[in-house]
Amino acid sequence: MNWWSRPAADTQITHGRRLWLYVLSAIIMLLLVAPTLIVVPMSFSDSQYLEFPPSTWSLRWYEEYLGSSKWMRATATSFQVGFLTMLVATPLGIMAAYALFVSRHRATRAIFLLLITPMIVPVILIAIGTFYAYGRVGMNNTIAGLVLAHSALALPIAIIVITAGLRSYDLSQEQVARSLGATRTRAFFLITLPQIRFSVITAALLSFLTSFDEVIIAIFVSGGANATLTKHMFAALRDYIDPTIAAISTIMVILSSALLLLTQFLGSKGKRN
Amino acid sequence: MAHADADGSRSGRHLHEAALKRQHTREQWSILSLVVPAMIVIVLIILIPLSWLFYLSFLGDNGGFSLENYHKMTQYKSYYRIFVTTFQVSMLTTLACIALGYPLAFFLAQLPPRWAGVFMLAVLLPFWTSLLVRTYAWLVLLQKRGILNEFAMQVGLWETPIKLVHNMTGTLIGMAHIMLPFLILPLYNAMRKIDRDMMHAAANLGANPVNAFWRVYFPLSLPGMVAGSLIVFVLCLGFYVTPAVLGGGRVIMVSNQITAILENQFDWGAASALGVVLLVATTFTLYVAARVFKFDAALFGRD
Amino acid sequence: MTDVPQGTTALPIRIRDLTKRYGSVYALNSVDLDVHSGEFLTLLGPSGSGKTTLLMAIAGFNRPDSGSIRFGQDEVILTPPHKREVGMVFQSYALFPHMNVAENIGFPLKLRGISGAERAMRVEGALETVQLSGFGARNIDQLSGGQRQRVALARAFVFGPRILLMDEPLSALDKKLRERMQIELKHLHRKLGVTTVYVTHDQREALTMSDRIAVINDGELVQLDAPEAIYNCPANAFVADFIGESTMLPLTRDDAGALSFRGQKVGDAGTDQAKDWTLVVRPERLFFAGAGAETDDQAIVLKGVLRESVFQGESEMALVAIDDATEVAVRFGTSGRASPAGGSTGDQVSIGLDRSDVIIIPGGQAV
Repeated sequence: MNWWSRPAADTQITHGRRLWLYVLSAIIMLLLVAPTLIVVPMSFSDSQYLEFPPSTWSLRWYEEYLGSSKWMRATATSFQVGFLTMLVATPLGIMAAYALFVSRHRATRAIFLLLITPMIVPVILIAIGTFYAYGRVGMNNTIAGLVLAHSALALPIAIIVITAGLRSYDLSQEQVARSLGATRTRAFFLITLPQIRFSVITAALLSFLTSFDEVIIAIFVSGGANATLTKHMFAALRDYIDPTIAAISTIMVILSSALLLLTQFLGSKGKRN
Repeated sequence: MAHADADGSRSGRHLHEAALKRQHTREQWSILSLVVPAMIVIVLIILIPLSWLFYLSFLGDNGGFSLENYHKMTQYKSYYRIFVTTFQVSMLTTLACIALGYPLAFFLAQLPPRWAGVFMLAVLLPFWTSLLVRTYAWLVLLQKRGILNEFAMQVGLWETPIKLVHNMTGTLIGMAHIMLPFLILPLYNAMRKIDRDMMHAAANLGANPVNAFWRVYFPLSLPGMVAGSLIVFVLCLGFYVTPAVLGGGRVIMVSNQITAILENQFDWGAASALGVVLLVATTFTLYVAARVFKFDAALFGRD
Repeated sequence: MTDVPQGTTALPIRIRDLTKRYGSVYALNSVDLDVHSGEFLTLLGPSGSGKTTLLMAIAGFNRPDSGSIRFGQDEVILTPPHKREVGMVFQSYALFPHMNVAENIGFPLKLRGISGAERAMRVEGALETVQLSGFGARNIDQLSGGQRQRVALARAFVFGPRILLMDEPLSALDKKLRERMQIELKHLHRKLGVTTVYVTHDQREALTMSDRIAVINDGELVQLDAPEAIYNCPANAFVADFIGESTMLPLTRDDAGALSFRGQKVGDAGTDQAKDWTLVVRPERLFFAGAGAETDDQAIVLKGVLRESVFQGESEMALVAIDDATEVAVRFGTSGRASPAGGSTGDQVSIGLDRSDVIIIPGGQAV
């Protein structure tokens, strides 16, 4: 029996009769991936206009990007804010996820709902709300203000990822450690944390990326010397198409692909343990 | 033993009750205190600013309580159009995501896990890529002399370049692309959980594959699909970047209008009122869906 | 056996009035329990009976609403788990997968600031005690279920705990291995001499291993006794039914206090005024009597119809109907001889019970 006429699924349908599904899926996957990857060849074009495939190749847009103090400063800001957001959201997310996971208190559900509100509230509202509030206390255009707002966005993601990690962990290990003489805090750091490390790293990477890719809050509360990469990119996209964006986009695609592959790798490693 | 019972023999009991209760309360609070830093961030960034906007939306020109900001919305036709556009875009995007996402999720769910993981990267890569980058990519693809127009004309689909971007078409294409992973991921998870034995049983009971799919598989995958669609729909309601860039000023959704009001008129009251309406619509949608489908477990991953 | 923890002196555990409520349900209802020093005591009960709650309260992981727990003279009810000096073995073993065998066992020693050389020595000693010498460098995922069990054990006693607690430690093992580990655990307990509280829902395991068994049901201590006593003199119908196989037959009590079954006197209620009494019949204590056998001073004889006879390997089980509603199970050996039942299904048979094997419990048979 060749592949074609072999049953493809539990309903005895054959691969042959499933062919349309495979073709359709391939097309959809292509639609998902191709637009993201198209920016890569575009960024090496020599042309002022966005032609594909490029007729002549060059690195001029990378030179433009690397040579521009505006882009460089924005890149530095984005990395700085992303990194700081990661440093704030990850420990706070670990603490909150652990407490909600362990606690038997009645209020845990309400607290959980409160902590994930940033996922439900439209970001534009968070943006204008913080913009208004920061205006009152002079925190607009500051790194601290941006980090705080981005941490709020990253927290629910961190909490959900770490809670998932805790769920697949056997909490009796921590109890054993305590019975063997470790305080709760010590048991957490010596036993629990090393076991959920892959979730923690994933949460950290996602926190960084959440901040690094965030546009709307950045448009409102970042500015001046502290404008982020995304704020400048958004302005550039809305007003005119600058091929420098292709170069920056390529760098961003490579960054997120690297982080994605890293988490996939960590995930599979985590599962094996 | 009889004598050593200093307190043990006092048969009545409730030994150490008060101390145990105190210890219990203390432990509960010390655990819950770990949540405090995270809660402070949420209160500072979400609760306080939102309350402020709420307050501003009810502030009239004279500085007193007033419904004029909300009244305006019912008066002007432009607001009506914005609400319609927002709903339209969200609905059409959700439908497009279902049409594209269901077959792909089904395909992935049928694969052996190892292969599903590999093909899943096709879903995860755009998910992890900046929304700006993807919006930009569509801008490039869809423009007048972009790849799509060039290709279509070469193949002979149309003669002169058609306008694919800076309008509704472009916005919908971009949004569907950005939202697709949000539908596929919960749907895929729901499909993975569908018991293979159930499909075997259906087949053994003589259901033909098409019947077995519609009678057994589809209903079981429905909760995942509803959860995914809801996430997509709610995210669409508040979307800003893609309509702003790919709509070229012709597709104005609520978020875009809020920004426009603030940029042009600096009217916080009007902007806040619109924001409150958006928030209420979002919460209401989620609430109703949670009630009807009882699936907040699927959405929040908790029971 | 070389280097088992020094200076361990077995301590008694004294539990008084231990109460834990979840809403209106008592997980533990004013439990009083004394565990003798050095004893192997099993908490036996169905799931949800409160036995694990009790164990976790001793360990300090479940805080009761009220009560007292003493290790020797030391009141520990308010002591946090890490200061109770209790060795614990969980059902899941809960070995630390990011540490190798030696690091797992050395963990409690490290926490106590015991230096590298001494730690290594004591870990090696513990490994030897559980017959895993040379396994120190292995990773946890390289071990079999039985080996993991031993590592978890070694980790629990290596630091010389005051008490050893085990929560269904053998339930994840297959039957053969479980039976071997039961014997080994018993040996180990004798070697260590540490007071041990063991939780199981498996009555056979409890009978095999324990010095005494505490039967727990619905949050209450139902009976506390040696295995033979629990088996031979169950305190009530629950214990009789939960431990071993039995058939319960209702007895009638006359004014003088004599208890009889179908007019045959089987015992005396003595001064006890209880109205309902039950005769507990263990299948293996019954025998097939000759056709003409009658009740006498030696034995009680019941007549009935052989309904069914089932071969079960080491023994054979016969069901005898003594009337339309009552079937009595009879177990007999399969050693060569022809079936003592003597007949085939439907035959009239007589079954006998020695008077010395009569078990009478107060109360009805409702369980």
